[in-house]
Amino acid sequence: MKRPRPVGFICSKSLSLAVAVYVAFLSLSCSSKPPQESRTPPAAQPQTQSSATGGASVPSFVAAEEDGQWTMPAKNYASTRFSGLEEINAGNARSLKVAWTFSTGVNRGQEAAPLVVGSTMYVVTPYPNILYALDLNKPGETKWKYEPKPAAAAQGVACCDYVNRGAAYADGKIFYNTLDAQTVAVDAETGKEVWKTKLGDINKGETMTMAPLVVKDKVLVGNSGGEFGVRGWITALDSASGKISWRAYNTGPDSECLIGPNFKPFYKQDQGKDLGVASWPPDAWKIGGGTVWGWISYDPELDLIYHGTANPGPWNPDQRPGDNKWTSGIFARRPDTGEAVWFYQWAPHDLYDYDGINEQLLLDLPVAGQPRKTLVRPERTGYVYVLDRATGEVLSANPFVHITSTKGVDLKTGELIHVEEKKPVMGRVVRDICPAAPGGKDWNPSAFSPRTGLLYIPHNNLCMDFEGLEANYIAGTPYVGANTKFYAGPGGHRGEFTAWDPVAGKEVWKIKESFPVWSGAVVTAGDVVFYGTMEGWFKAINARTGEELWKFKTGSGIIGQPIVYRSPKDGKEYVAILSGVGGWAGAIVAGDLDSRDPTAALGFVNATADLPANTTKGGTLYVFSLP
Amino acid sequence: MSSRFPKIKAARRIAALLCDFAPLREEKFHAKAQSRKAKTLFLLSVLFFVSCAGKVEQKQAAQAQPQPTPREHLRVCADPNNLPFSNERREGFENKIAALVARELHTDVEYTWWAQRRGFIRNTLKANECDLVVGLPTSFELAQTTAPYYRSTYVFVYRKDRALDLRSFDDPRLRKLKIGVQMIGDDFSNTPPAHALSNRNIIQNVRGYTVYGDYAEANPPARIVDAVARGEIDVGVVWGPLASYFARRQKVALEVVPVAPEIDLPYLPFVFDISMGVRRGDDALREQLEQILVRRRAEIDSILDEYGVPRVGKG
Repeated sequence: MKRPRPVGFICSKSLSLAVAVYVAFLSLSCSSKPPQESRTPPAAQPQTQSSATGGASVPSFVAAEEDGQWTMPAKNYASTRFSGLEEINAGNARSLKVAWTFSTGVNRGQEAAPLVVGSTMYVVTPYPNILYALDLNKPGETKWKYEPKPAAAAQGVACCDYVNRGAAYADGKIFYNTLDAQTVAVDAETGKEVWKTKLGDINKGETMTMAPLVVKDKVLVGNSGGEFGVRGWITALDSASGKISWRAYNTGPDSECLIGPNFKPFYKQDQGKDLGVASWPPDAWKIGGGTVWGWISYDPELDLIYHGTANPGPWNPDQRPGDNKWTSGIFARRPDTGEAVWFYQWAPHDLYDYDGINEQLLLDLPVAGQPRKTLVRPERTGYVYVLDRATGEVLSANPFVHITSTKGVDLKTGELIHVEEKKPVMGRVVRDICPAAPGGKDWNPSAFSPRTGLLYIPHNNLCMDFEGLEANYIAGTPYVGANTKFYAGPGGHRGEFTAWDPVAGKEVWKIKESFPVWSGAVVTAGDVVFYGTMEGWFKAINARTGEELWKFKTGSGIIGQPIVYRSPKDGKEYVAILSGVGGWAGAIVAGDLDSRDPTAALGFVNATADLPANTTKGGTLYVFSLP
Repeated sequence: MSSRFPKIKAARRIAALLCDFAPLREEKFHAKAQSRKAKTLFLLSVLFFVSCAGKVEQKQAAQAQPQPTPREHLRVCADPNNLPFSNERREGFENKIAALVARELHTDVEYTWWAQRRGFIRNTLKANECDLVVGLPTSFELAQTTAPYYRSTYVFVYRKDRALDLRSFDDPRLRKLKIGVQMIGDDFSNTPPAHALSNRNIIQNVRGYTVYGDYAEANPPARIVDAVARGEIDVGVVWGPLASYFARRQKVALEVVPVAPEIDLPYLPFVFDISMGVRRGDDALREQLEQILVRRRAEIDSILDEYGVPRVGKG
C-alpha cells in the first residue's frame, strides 16, 4: 500500500566509488627477477595485425621492460594496465587453472587491485581496510597483516559502501587510504605502521576510498562524500613523514584551488578570476562536492599530474545555476606544488550525476597526421575523449555507448551539447535518458595494449527514467525527491566490454554482458585481456578478435581490478582478481537491499533486481596460471 | 512531455503520503485518466487528507483482535543523537512514546542505536536488530507502518525581533531575505522547502545546511535553527518538530509558523503523516501498536505537546 521510497539504502555513488593509482620506480625489491620462461609459444599472431595497431602508442616514459611486478593499481603512470608478460596467450588461455585462493574475511564490495612487489602480494580489503601481505614463495601464506582499525564513528554514520580501490607501493612502503579519511604508510617488509595522517572527518560525511598515486616524494590522495556536502580536494603528503605538502580544493576561490598565474585553461569558459566562486550561487560552493575519488595519472616529461573531479553536490541542478566550477572536470597540476596548469569540464553544470573521476590513459596518438601527446578518457557522459595532455584541448570525443542526453562535444568551444527535452526537471517525467547516472562508464578502469593499439573498456549499457515524487526520511526529516529507475539500454543487456581504437575513434569489437560490467580490465603481451562480471565469471578474451578463450566462475560477483605478475618462485605468469560483489551496482547483494523497491541504491536496484539470484556476497582472491 | 501523467502520479503519491486511504488510491487512481479526471481526483485527494486522521481511528476499531505475544523486551531502533526525536539518554519524545508502548506491553525497552540515515532500516529493522521504529512517514516503503499518530508540517522559523510575520512561500519578501534550507544530498532529493524555493526561482539568497551536520556534535540537524538565532540567516524553513524544539532553546525568542500552502501545486507536500514502523509481515506487533495508539492517544498527544511538536489537521 505504501509507496514512497525507503530510507534504507546505500548511499551514493560517491561512496560507492573512489579511487586512484600511483607509484614510483620500483627498482628496489625486484632485483631477483627470475629468467623469462621460454616454454610458452609466442603470442598468437593477429589476423589483422598492422591495421589494428592504428598508431596509438605508449609514451616513452613508461618502461619498456616488463619487470613482472604490479606496484600500482594502474601498473604505470600512463595507466595502461598492460603487462608485458606473454606466457599466457590466445593459444593456451583455455588451459588456465586456479593456482591458489585467499579469503579476505570481509564480505563487501572488493574493488581493489592487488599489488605485487618482489616476492610479496599486498591486498587491501573494504572497511575495516585490512592490509594483507601474502608470501608468493609460499602461496597462500600470510607474511603479516596490518589493521588500521578505522573509526566506525557512530553506528550508521559511515554510510555507504565501504569500498577501497587499492594501495600503492614506493620506497619500501605501502600507502593506502582508510574509510575514516586517513592515509597510512606501512613498511612493506615488516607490516609496521610508518605514519598515519588524518585528512578528513567521517562524522561530517568525509571518507576516502581511492587508491593513492605516488609521484616523486609525494603521496597524492583525494576525498569522497560529495553527497554529504563535502567540499572536494586533492592533497599531497610527504611520503617519508606523512606531513601535508599541499591541498587543492576543487570549488571556491583561486587561492584555495591553487590556481595562479600559470593556470592556462584552453577554453575561454574556464578562464577568469575565482570561477570556483562566481559559477555558483553565493556560498553554495562551500558544500559543492567536486571530490577526488577516482584516478590520477602522471606524465614525468611534462611534469603534470591529471585528476578528475566528481559531480557537484548536494544541490540539485536548479539550485546551482552556473557551471559549478571546478566540478565534473579534469585538472592538470604540478605534483610538487599542486599548482593548476589547465582544466577542462566534462559536464559543466552537471545534470545527471556524471561524476568526472574516471581513469585517464596517457597515450601518444597521431591526430590529423601529427603525433600528439594525448590523454584518453572513456567518460561517464558516454564519449571517449582525446585531449592534448599539455594544453587540455579536446581533439576528439566519440560516443562509445547509446547517448540521448547530449548531442556531442563542440570541438571549437569544448562544450557538451545538451538535449533540452532530456533535462531532468522535478515534477516532470523524463524517459529514456541515456546514459543513466552511472554513465556510459563508471570508475572501473580500462586497459590499453601497445601491441593492438586498442583500448579495452569495461562499461554499462544503462538508461534511466526520471519520475515524480518519492517520500523518504532521514534524521527525523521527511523529504522528497525524484524516483530514478535504471534499466538496460538498446539490446536489453546491461553491460558491455568494448575494444576501442582511439585513433580512428571507433569500436573494433564488443562483448555484451547481462549485468553492468563493474570490474576493471588488464591486457597482456600474450594478447589476452581479462575482466570479470557481476555474476562472478572471470574471463580471458582474445585481445584482437574479442573471442572468449576461457572463463571461470568465482565465488561472488567481480567488481575488482585484475592484475598480472610473474612469480618470483617459479617464473610463471599469474593473473589475480578479487571476487566479492558490492559497490553501487552490487549494492543490492552486498547491502541486502530490497529488490522490490526499484529506487533503492539510487535507482540501481531496478537494473539489477535479478543479481541476488545470480551471485552472493564474498571476499576472495583468486590467482590463476597455466598448469 | 505530457503534463497529465505527472499530475495523476502526484495525486496518487499525495494520497499515499498523507492518508492511508486505499480504496481511493487503488481503484480510482488506476484509471489512465484524461487530464480533467486527473485534476478532479487530485483535488479529491487534497480534500481527503484533511479528514483522514479521524477515519483512521474508525478503521482501527474495526481491525481484528491481535494475538498478543509475550515479549522479553520491546526492541527499538533509534538514533542516539537526534533530539527532539531520540537520543541515547532517552530524552526524546520517541523515547517517551517507546517507554509508554513498552508499559502497555508489560515489558521494557531495549535499544539498538543507529544513526537514522541511509541504511538505517536495512541495518536495524531488516537486520532483525529490533522490532520497532517509533517514527516513520506513513507512506514508507521499507517498513510496515501503523496508522499515523501525528501529522506535522514544515515551518518558517525566524527571530521574533524581526517581526517578519512570514506565512507563505508566495511572500515576495522571500526573494530578498536570507533563507536557510536543509540539504539531503541524494540526487534530486531535497527537503520540500528547498524544492519550493527553487521552483519559484528563489536561489541566490538560499543557504544550505546539510541535514547530516557534524555527527560529533549534539543533535547535528539542529544547526539551521542555531543559525537563525545567530542571525546568520533571516529565516529557516525546517521540519516542525525539530524547529519548534530547538527554537525554544535559543537565547533569543524565535517564531515558528507553519508554511503555506500545505501542498504546493501540483505535487509538493509540506505536511507529512508520521507512523510507527515494524518489519513487513510482523502483523502481530503492528496490531498491538494500532490498539495502543488508539487507547493511549491522549498520553501520546500530551508527550507531543510537551515537546512542542507542531501538528496540523488534528481534531
